[in-house]
Amino acid sequence: MTLAATAGQLASGATTTAAGAHGFLSPTGVEIAFLLVGLVTFGAALVTVTTRQLVHAALWLVVTLGGLAVEYLLLTAEFIAWVQVLIYVGSVVVLLLFGLMLTRAPIGRSPDADSGNRWAALAVAVAAAAALVWVVVDAFRTTWIDLDGPAAGSTRVTGQSLFQNWVLPFEALSVLLLAALVGAIVLSRKATADAATAATGVKEATTATDVTEATEVTDSAEGRGGAADQADKGGVR
Amino acid sequence: MHLVHPAVLSALLFCTGLYGVLARRNAILVLMSVELMLNAVNLNLVAFDVWLSRTAEETLHSGQALTLFTIAIAAAEIGIGLAIVLAVYRNRGTSDIDKLRDTAEGHGPDGPDGADGSGSDALPAEPAGQAGQAGQAERAGRAKKAEATA
Repeated sequence: MTLAATAGQLASGATTTAAGAHGFLSPTGVEIAFLLVGLVTFGAALVTVTTRQLVHAALWLVVTLGGLAVEYLLLTAEFIAWVQVLIYVGSVVVLLLFGLMLTRAPIGRSPDADSGNRWAALAVAVAAAAALVWVVVDAFRTTWIDLDGPAAGSTRVTGQSLFQNWVLPFEALSVLLLAALVGAIVLSRKATADAATAATGVKEATTATDVTEATEVTDSAEGRGGAADQADKGGVR
Repeated sequence: MHLVHPAVLSALLFCTGLYGVLARRNAILVLMSVELMLNAVNLNLVAFDVWLSRTAEETLHSGQALTLFTIAIAAAEIGIGLAIVLAVYRNRGTSDIDKLRDTAEGHGPDGPDGADGSGSDALPAEPAGQAGQAGQAERAGRAKKAEATA
């Protein structure tokens, strides 16, 4: 797919050499840096989705996300770049590593990291990449980003636009984060409660004469006292 | 800078994440691929915001604001997703999404003692089901499945 990318960019450059001051054959330093960091980012992303060592996938994901932060810096979006480093590299990858640890992921190579439909997935991905790259190159081959002047995404600009025009979505987002926090806590607490009382729950379920009654039991099993009442009802029935 | 560079890079990253989502078997690797796709969208948003803020003099900076919102929503998504994966792992003893076929028709109960039977690590919740008779254990498995889907 890297070949496709370079071929597409070469094709786009060949058609836009008449674009005035911007020449494809004389790229600016920012463009060269963007291309190099983009190659590293894309390669790391490929290794992330193809490696058979689960922890290595998470570590290559760090490279990918860090490369994307550098791309944001090259696009003069400073604030987003540092938010990317803080949130993605700092917390999301650590969360993923904790998830790998808690699900007892094997440290070495795991032969079943990829499922059997790998080739179908590869075909779908290559087709989607070809279509997207073709459309994007065809649409924006004469479009240039003007990176001169003040930064488009400095903290001052981003903060002003965020708190002048986007205050309501910002506050709604805080409510969403609160909901996600409560949801994560509820999910983990329910799992631990189930693990703690699984023995009694399974015994109650076996004494019930029907699976639907078992689902009735567990439907109202938020507190185990209610579950015991329901199990008594099932026994009476 | 040519706008094609970030656009092509984001398209390629998105398709890489698409391949990962379709081809990976571990649920956490699928979540990593979802993160790749979200980051591709973020790069696209930032690039087009920088472009439009100069050419169209768009002062809302909607691309960067949406990028920040996407990052926050992705953080919430990864937290909830990992909580779900951990809950599934505690209940079923696996995070292999090929074995979680509760809603598929014509398949037995999932989990390590499901149709595949390749995973063999016992859960702390399992011995209660394994101690009983075979029919009781099977019914307990079905009841547990119903409990998990309720």
